[in-house]
Amino acid sequence: MTLLDSWWDLRDLGHAVAAFLEWLGDRGVPSWLPYLVSTLVGLMALLLWALLSQLFFIWAERRLLARIQVRLGPNRAGPFGLLQPVADALKVLSKEMITPRGADKVLFWLAPIGVVVPAIVALGVIPFGQRMVLADLNVGLLFIVAVSSTATLFVFLAGWGSANKYSLLGAMRSVAMLISYEVVQVLALLAVAVFVGSIRLGDIVSWQGRYNTWLIFLQPLGLLGFLIASSVEVNRTPSDIAEAESEIVAGYHTEYGGIRWGMFQMAEYIAGFVVAATVAVLWLGGWTLWGLEEWVPGWLIFLIKLYGVFFLFIWLRGTLPRLRIDQLMGFAWKFLLPLMLLNVLLAGLEMVVWKETEAPAEVVLPIWAVGNIAIGVGLVVGWALLMGHLRPRNRPARSLLVREVGQIYYRPLEEV
Amino acid sequence: MVGEPLVINVGPQHPSTHGVFRLKLTLDGERILDCEMVMGYLHRSMEKLAEERTWTQNIPFTDRTDYLSAMTGNLAYCLAVEKLAGIPVPPRAHWIRTIMAELQRFASHCMAIGTFVNDCGAWHTPLLYMMREREKVLDLFELACGARLTTNYMRIGGVARDLPPEFLPRLRELVKELPQRIAEYEELLVENEIIVARARGIGVLSAEQAIAYSVSGPMLRGSGVAWDLRKANPYAAYEQVEFDIPVGVHGDCYDRFLVRLAEMRQSVRILEQALDMIPSGPVQTPVPLALRPPPGEAYGRIESPRGELGFYVVSDGGPSPFRFHIRSPSLINLTPLPEMVRGLTVPDAIITLGSIDIVVGEVDR
Amino acid sequence: MGTRLLSGLELAHRLERVMPGVVVEAVPEWVEVSPQAVVDVGRFLRDDPELEMNFLSCLTAVDLLDHFEVVYHLQSLRHNHLMVLKAKLWERESPELPSVASVWPGAHLQEREAYDLMGIRFRGHPDLRRLFLWEGFPGHPLRKDWLGMPGQRMPGLETFPGEPEWRGEGRG
Repeated sequence: MTLLDSWWDLRDLGHAVAAFLEWLGDRGVPSWLPYLVSTLVGLMALLLWALLSQLFFIWAERRLLARIQVRLGPNRAGPFGLLQPVADALKVLSKEMITPRGADKVLFWLAPIGVVVPAIVALGVIPFGQRMVLADLNVGLLFIVAVSSTATLFVFLAGWGSANKYSLLGAMRSVAMLISYEVVQVLALLAVAVFVGSIRLGDIVSWQGRYNTWLIFLQPLGLLGFLIASSVEVNRTPSDIAEAESEIVAGYHTEYGGIRWGMFQMAEYIAGFVVAATVAVLWLGGWTLWGLEEWVPGWLIFLIKLYGVFFLFIWLRGTLPRLRIDQLMGFAWKFLLPLMLLNVLLAGLEMVVWKETEAPAEVVLPIWAVGNIAIGVGLVVGWALLMGHLRPRNRPARSLLVREVGQIYYRPLEEV
Repeated sequence: MVGEPLVINVGPQHPSTHGVFRLKLTLDGERILDCEMVMGYLHRSMEKLAEERTWTQNIPFTDRTDYLSAMTGNLAYCLAVEKLAGIPVPPRAHWIRTIMAELQRFASHCMAIGTFVNDCGAWHTPLLYMMREREKVLDLFELACGARLTTNYMRIGGVARDLPPEFLPRLRELVKELPQRIAEYEELLVENEIIVARARGIGVLSAEQAIAYSVSGPMLRGSGVAWDLRKANPYAAYEQVEFDIPVGVHGDCYDRFLVRLAEMRQSVRILEQALDMIPSGPVQTPVPLALRPPPGEAYGRIESPRGELGFYVVSDGGPSPFRFHIRSPSLINLTPLPEMVRGLTVPDAIITLGSIDIVVGEVDR
Repeated sequence: MGTRLLSGLELAHRLERVMPGVVVEAVPEWVEVSPQAVVDVGRFLRDDPELEMNFLSCLTAVDLLDHFEVVYHLQSLRHNHLMVLKAKLWERESPELPSVASVWPGAHLQEREAYDLMGIRFRGHPDLRRLFLWEGFPGHPLRKDWLGMPGQRMPGLETFPGEPEWRGEGRG
């Protein structure tokens, strides 16, 4: 099989690497060598991409937040302040790393290293382009969920090892959140798997490419659930309660400084990229863009989608206050979980109907899309009204305006 | 499971204590069993220092107690001394004082609401929006007296100097702009469901408790007690302006926040009237530099943005106060805090503290 | 309009009718009661429907060299009137009077402040500790004899308590 039919096939870096491996194989090198080379090349590429993206997004996040907050943001170091993250990185690298006296030294040292590993490992199964995937696992979806949730273990180690009460509180919150939101996350992914019939990420993308539809239209509820659950797991506002600057200072990484703190920051960003990548792959069609991937490099399309999703996180951070832990837990168990269960049920029913009637995809998918979006909006709005907005105490209010002093207008909240 | 309660120190260095103030929380998990306040980290012994300085020299101290609301500090002290020495104030000075106090209230409430929403977990966005308006108010202060924060503008018997000619036109511009800004905040914050969920029913202080604990200002009004010294005991030119007292109903953090937001609107309303009604004339009654009020005592109090700010001054006929006591609303509003946060969680305690809106310079003095 | 300042003389009459012998002195501006009776007086003032002094506006103490004066500014929110209640303590070393925190819980921190800075003990206060200064701070700084500085009325200590003896000419 020739990979490079013509020179523009080089646009996809995966093709280039594959061609290089083929060329190596033709030279009669030992069979393990191409594996080794491809692994190393992939690993380096992933790490390089993750770090560069992170640097870029440190800048982008600060600039965007500044724009949201009617100020300028970093604009001194380099053009448009683009060198600001480099300066930040140098500062972080050159700072002293302090270990508190009461800390558990091993855990304290282990946690910042361990916490980036799951995030980077999870990147390995993300298909950036048609052949640009380090390990095309047939259980890719499960792998992402399983690996990324282990980061919480290291967060807990950090909180425990710091011998700081704020850290401990943050770590406890983090674990509590994981337990609640992992369920929601897995159920959201399950509905996708039911639709596609595979949990290999490449299959999910090509399924969307084959039917020329993105799963966002077929699975809007699942996307909502996944986005919320993942934003909790990667500690982004409005659910950054494990860090909660205004309450517990910085949560589990209160005691960390210098590059150890930088590692937590890196883990947070890369975990955010993994989430954004998962959303891009599962719901936004991965590297496909309705045939445009023939001309535009697939990885470019994919990265644009990924960054778009990540931008959403930044936007939320600039906009929303934070929820309290019990409210966030209640939201998972009382609001998202039933919705996700219904969503899985719905997906199953739709697939059965589709299989039984054997109707053409062009007919079935639009119907499902319209139906699912309507059901999704209806469920979310209805449930939200039922849970919150219809209760008088949850309604926004205005203060009374009176003219005379001396009167008392107090009424206990329970009487409302 | 039975375990030892966890004691954490919120502060003295903490993002949400608004200064060097310390809360010692005894926790069972996240639930607060007990709360103890520790203060004094910013104690400068102003009451003692003031006994060494002349009556006029003490005015800068009143800037630095409540440093987010220097104008009202000046005003309260000058009122107390004028009451003690029987010094009349010209009408234009009364109006200038009213304008300054209301601008200061607006600026101070901007900070109060911004930091409160920050405590709720918003990442500085509302705070910076509020800063934008506060900046404009501070620019006006700079125009009038050359300082932005510690203004030192009021004098015994009037104000330090007349308003510059461009002050009133610029104030008029600002007043025209502010109502739509406040509407923007109401849209952004009051209707924000997360803020409602976070602040509704948290840190409840009933009207009876509020009165018994001597709390004042937006905290008292948030608990449903219609009490405002500007109405109850009008000073400066407040008798001649029309405004309403915003009153909360349930006495929780959300109500205190709403009261502050509504007070910003009322401040703008007062400013609008003041712009039309300010007379011309002298701004200061000549007062000797080394003022010697007759022996006696006076208690001058005003409605500062944080509550009832009072100055209890005693004179023995000398050139400096014999006793100089500041009835600081920030300190006394803290009295019910342990009661309010008991049984809540750590995040609730933080926003309750934020809704009380203390300025540690005034708590510790 | 405005808050009415109740006449001390009128209040003295009223108090004498209920609690004979409790008023020590009365002038139009304020009324002085015997220190041991402040709690009873306070409870009466708070609960009497015509007075209803339910808001303790300000509690402070003044060092008048030979005696201490504890000053209560009481406000009625409903009737919008104010009164000034005083109690004089002639004990110099450990002045003591009952705490009114049980009548107005708002006195809690203010009494702690008065204890901290003026050294007046409030008997029956739920938690009488220093408020601003640390436990073990020598003396009570708002007393007139606490620190001798130029122009001070009653020269007392030469240096700050705990400060090492300064040597040489002049301070600093």
